[in-house]
Amino acid sequence: MIEIKNLQAKVEDKDILKGLNLNIGPGEVHAIMGPNGAGKSTLGNVLAGRPNYEVTGGSATLNGKNILDLDPEERAREGLFLAFQYPVEIPGVSNLEFLKASVDSVREQQGKKALDSVQFLKLAREKCKAVNLDASFLKRGVNEGFSGGEKKRNELMQMMMLEPTLCILDETDSGLDIDALQVVAEGVNAMRDENRSFIVVTHYQRLLDYIVPDFVHVLANGKIVKSGGKELALELEEKGYGWLENENGAA
Amino acid sequence: MATNAEIEQQIAGNEYKAGFISDIESETLAAGLTEDTVRFISAKKGEPEWMTEWRLKAFRQWLEMETPEWAHVNFPKIDYQEISYYSAPKSMEDGPQSLDEVDPELLAVYDKLGIPLHEQMALAGIAVDAVFDSVSVATTFRDKLEEAGVIFMPISEAVHKHPELIKKYIGSVVPVRDNYFAALNCAVFSDGSFVYIPKGVRCPMELSTYFRINEAKTGQFERTLIIADEGSHVSYLEGCTAPMRDENQLHAAVVELVALDDAEIKYSTVQNWYPGDKEGKGGIYNFVTKRAIAHTNAKVSWTQVETGSAVTWKYPSCILKGDNSIGEFYSVALTNNFQQADTGTKMIHLGKNTKSTIISKGISAGKSSNAYRGLVRMNPGAEGARNYTQCDSLLLGDKCAAHTFPYIESKHPTAVIEHEATTSTVSDDQLFLCQQRGIDTEKAVSMIVNGFCKEVFKELPMEFAVEAGKLLEISLEGSVG
Ligand SMILES: Nc1ncnc2c1ncn2[C@@H]1O[C@H](COP(=O)(O)OP(=O)(O)OP(=O)(O)O)[C@@H](O)[C@H]1O
Ligand SMILES: [Mg+2]
Repeated sequence: MIEIKNLQAKVEDKDILKGLNLNIGPGEVHAIMGPNGAGKSTLGNVLAGRPNYEVTGGSATLNGKNILDLDPEERAREGLFLAFQYPVEIPGVSNLEFLKASVDSVREQQGKKALDSVQFLKLAREKCKAVNLDASFLKRGVNEGFSGGEKKRNELMQMMMLEPTLCILDETDSGLDIDALQVVAEGVNAMRDENRSFIVVTHYQRLLDYIVPDFVHVLANGKIVKSGGKELALELEEKGYGWLENENGAA
Repeated sequence: MATNAEIEQQIAGNEYKAGFISDIESETLAAGLTEDTVRFISAKKGEPEWMTEWRLKAFRQWLEMETPEWAHVNFPKIDYQEISYYSAPKSMEDGPQSLDEVDPELLAVYDKLGIPLHEQMALAGIAVDAVFDSVSVATTFRDKLEEAGVIFMPISEAVHKHPELIKKYIGSVVPVRDNYFAALNCAVFSDGSFVYIPKGVRCPMELSTYFRINEAKTGQFERTLIIADEGSHVSYLEGCTAPMRDENQLHAAVVELVALDDAEIKYSTVQNWYPGDKEGKGGIYNFVTKRAIAHTNAKVSWTQVETGSAVTWKYPSCILKGDNSIGEFYSVALTNNFQQADTGTKMIHLGKNTKSTIISKGISAGKSSNAYRGLVRMNPGAEGARNYTQCDSLLLGDKCAAHTFPYIESKHPTAVIEHEATTSTVSDDQLFLCQQRGIDTEKAVSMIVNGFCKEVFKELPMEFAVEAGKLLEISLEGSVG
């Protein structure tokens, strides 16, 4: 599915990713944890092709295709989806209009038939319901005046509409109340299948009780410093990250 | 990489789609402006003596006036002797009596512009008066309008057929001496549209005019006069284009609207004059005076979408004379490359409980400059009058500029004036969100810009709202590939 080899990247002349390796097979869920500023969001942004994030070495292939040379919109059409840690607002552009443009373009690229307005609206309402957002949110500007939790659920709703093959969720759980957390987890679980993979960035072991990962990685100082099964998350919760840095430094 | 830098690049690649030159034989008056020029134009139209005199008087006044310099625009001094003041397509000499008689090449020009002159217009139920350079070429649907008692014809024809209306109303809203360009127009106007809606009549269809400047080095000075008699209702749309020329061309129009008691006039403009090239060469100088007078309980609504012209100087205004009269101004002005726009409105509240609304959306891209200039004046008699102004600017890139010049004068203590203004940009983060969702930058910018203009577009007649959206897209985007 996605193979990341020795990935190095910098932002504003600062090296952030310093030789990151990660392999994710189809159908797998990988959780990434790690201290603030470690480079977790940077990884998502680099994979998605955010401007100003400069790749200085290494490679990333999605289904055998080098994605680092593609424009961000092309990567999206290849099935890469990034749920943002901080979703931005686009005032004046309705959520519905935005979704339609997005779904149309992604489906077209993937050779799927365009949805007519009726089908589309029906689907959009369904997905809103699935993430517990009132359908009236479709008429509002993209994220305009949405609460923190509503923004996160809106991201998830978009993900459901687009049916990507690689989903990167960047702290989609932060700022969610307990019920919303469950709603999001259920949404993700419902989308799990053998052809779709997930990178779930989180600070909280709690989310992983709901979305049970196949692997847990620790990202620190621009690299994956430790990988393990879901029990690693429990260990991290107990011990924090300090011991890893020591372990790493010693290695 | 989808940065603002990239949008700038795309914007810079913009092509002007209406910029072809038509190969139509035309009769053009040699350049220069003297009393003889004025007499020539008047004679060409076979005008009665009173009209010739009116023009000459205006000309003499114009000679004593000076180009206004207060607007936030810069352009080289215009040499008025270099311009030709009259140009008619040759085949027009005898004047077409119906659409069938119109030069097919001319119709092809309109087709190229995407102006659906005949069938499509019929379907849309719109009557069209098309002004090509200086003369009206075709007025459709006259019969149907005549049935309703509506008069819709070239103003040159109205001078002959309805002299009493012309005499009474021409120059009544925009006096000859009003400003430099208006005075010039009075002296040399060649044609334009005339509309009269009788008492209590709801005009059965949208009325529409298309203006196009085709000849090199000609000026276009059209003049529109719309009179809505008591309790009547009319919606009027004008569209404008011009071919690409290296040199600047002058367009100085005058539009006068008279809404008598209880009448309603809705006037919409989609202006797409040639804006000049990427280096700022060529383009139309668009100096327009548009003003309406609203009598008791009358309502006048100006809606404009301005994307063209090298320099725009335009302030569609309302004189709210009658009690309870209403004035509205909805505007989208987009400037790109080296375009300069200074546009806005004047709302002059004279009557009691008069109301005005101003919604202005300015979009600046490239190295352009976009200014909103608005005056709201509450006169001593304007008891209980209200104004609401909202003035939003959107900047694309960091080499463009937006300015707001609101002038407020309140001479009545009960008058209420509200003013809101915002400035925003399209951020790289917004663009990245769109791209991450598979939407390319061009589409993203056009979506955001259209969203920004929504409040104004919804005031346009349906089919033109779509056209306006497309026009913005064209004005902002390079041809892909
Ligand atoms: N646009 C930028 N300009 C300057 N520095 C940046 C930029 N983006 C990221 N950084 C820096 O890169 C480092 C990694 O940031 P990143 O957002 O990837 O961390 P993170 O692991 O996601 O942290 P958190 O857990 O707090 O979300 C930080 O030191 C951050 O300040
Ligand atoms: Mg982060």
